Amino acid sequence: MTDERLMPVSSLRRAMIRPELGAICGVILVFAFFLMVAGDSGMFAPAGFQNWLVVSAQFAIIAVGACLLMIAGEFDLSVGSMIGFAGVIAAILTVQWGLPAWLAILVTFAVCIGLGAINGLLVIRTGLPSFIVTLAFLYILRGLTIWLSILTTRQTIIGGVREAAEGDWIAALFGGVIFKGFFQWLGDIGLLTTFTRGARAGQPVVEGVPMLIVWAIGLIIFGHWLLARTRFGNWIFASGGDAQAARYVGVPVNRVKVLMFMFTAFCATVFAMCQVMEFGSAAADRGLLKEFEAIICVVIGGALLTGGYGSVIGAALGALIFGVVQQGLFFAGAESSLFRVFLGTILILAVIMNTYIRRLITGER
Amino acid sequence: MSAPIIEMRNIEKHFGPVIALGGVSFDVRSGECHCLLGDNGAGKSTFIKTMSGVHKPSHGTMVVEGQEVVFDSPRDAMAAGIATVYQDLAMIPLMSVTRNFWMGREPEKGFGPFKTIDFAKANEVTMREMARMGINLREPEQAVGTLSGGERQTVAIARAVYFGAKVLILDEPTSALGVRQTANVLATIDRVRKAGIGIVFITHNVRHAMAVGDRFTVLNRGKTLGTAVRGEITAEALQDLMAGGQELAVLESSLGGTV
Repeated sequence: MTDERLMPVSSLRRAMIRPELGAICGVILVFAFFLMVAGDSGMFAPAGFQNWLVVSAQFAIIAVGACLLMIAGEFDLSVGSMIGFAGVIAAILTVQWGLPAWLAILVTFAVCIGLGAINGLLVIRTGLPSFIVTLAFLYILRGLTIWLSILTTRQTIIGGVREAAEGDWIAALFGGVIFKGFFQWLGDIGLLTTFTRGARAGQPVVEGVPMLIVWAIGLIIFGHWLLARTRFGNWIFASGGDAQAARYVGVPVNRVKVLMFMFTAFCATVFAMCQVMEFGSAAADRGLLKEFEAIICVVIGGALLTGGYGSVIGAALGALIFGVVQQGLFFAGAESSLFRVFLGTILILAVIMNTYIRRLITGER
Repeated sequence: MSAPIIEMRNIEKHFGPVIALGGVSFDVRSGECHCLLGDNGAGKSTFIKTMSGVHKPSHGTMVVEGQEVVFDSPRDAMAAGIATVYQDLAMIPLMSVTRNFWMGREPEKGFGPFKTIDFAKANEVTMREMARMGINLREPEQAVGTLSGGERQTVAIARAVYFGAKVLILDEPTSALGVRQTANVLATIDRVRKAGIGIVFITHNVRHAMAVGDRFTVLNRGKTLGTAVRGEITAEALQDLMAGGQELAVLESSLGGTV
């Protein structure tokens, strides 16, 4: 019963038409643009590379969580507040209560993932839109963070975490760099610029791969594998695509959604721990607006806002675009407030293109 | 005639003070198409949801292959070989045919936590089963949204048959379709029936029912008005039963017998 009205599809077209196409074009455009306007500013020198890669990795970590959750049909607007909350909890536990850093980090993860589960269960049990439930948590968690921080330390910034976490192996998973020796060797053989003066003379300008980037890559690979290759990934698509139809064939939709809320909270906590270890301190205002930045990355990456469609690779490319634009304008010497203008424009263009591509793939009208 | 695969005896279903079903008896034998007819609000949906494990009956018993059963969930009903294809909830249009076909029962390969979907097998089986239903897919990865309404119903039917359904409940499969697609779905029903599967065909279109039905049961206001065998009843009589008699008779005369 092949329909003679269907045009044959060329393999090139099939390879081109994929959810990430919009984001891939965006990446090419953004790189071309900054190679032109900021090519000689050091943006594409090793230290510059590290600069925007780290920023992109930050976005990517929360975007992976937001992506899977959005495909499962839900939102989490409490990600930013969760980042602030997790940092302050970890700092209070180590600096104020004197807990060993590894225990503090594990407790923080447990508390935050628990809060993610509460978010999810509230959405499932009440049947309210996750937009409202997590908006409430955006305020609740931010308020709790400031209150707890002032209650225990009389200030909103808690320092001394790096000293407290010195030599702790779980803390080391979130701070510092790996492949130090390899980068030193690259410096020694002249493939990587080294410092010529000062205390760090002879050391390469890039010390190694920051753990933040390692986490980002790890989470992207895990997220992509989970979504695209596993049975659970199929259930994520099904839960967001049509929850009732999924339930009728026996997909545990509620479990999938709650687990995705927990995973989003996990990603936010990873972000918070990396930030705390990097700065050596926690602050109650960390993570402001991160929930929206995560959602922007995911949407630039081709995911459908109402769920059931999207890709983790797309979200990661969205994070890359975000990071490159934010840091690139700085390298280009542009007025930093223009960043938001640029970002808004990219968002609109990406969404228009993604909508068009999605209609081609899914036959929506 | 063979013994019934599933027998619903005197099923009642109450929602608070509302009596949705007031003692409905119904059975399906293998290889027959038993049409369940009724107007909107007659209790057809409640009845098939009871049969497929979504609702628990307030009174009455269900017997599957001689054993009395109680279904706690649609999963239980599916395990007993009762598959339901819902009118508009059959497929998820954003997902590929393969992903829809295997949804909830994905074949896996690999070990422990590293299991992945066996896409090679999944795609191959999907293509083969769809071809058996007379639909040649361009590719198994194409989204269900690119298929026509009739083809979507057929994917859902092929899925149920492949997963070993003994009874297939079709909830108004033809009500949203055009003439040609309806013919395709009716042909699919005939093909499935010949494979020895019992079919419950819910519809309010008498002509579609007459085209494939072996037996006809009419529901009206939560009660059965009896079961008729093919050849013993005319389309007009069925139409009349569905509407509860009088009102339609008046309407029909004013419309010149076109309803």
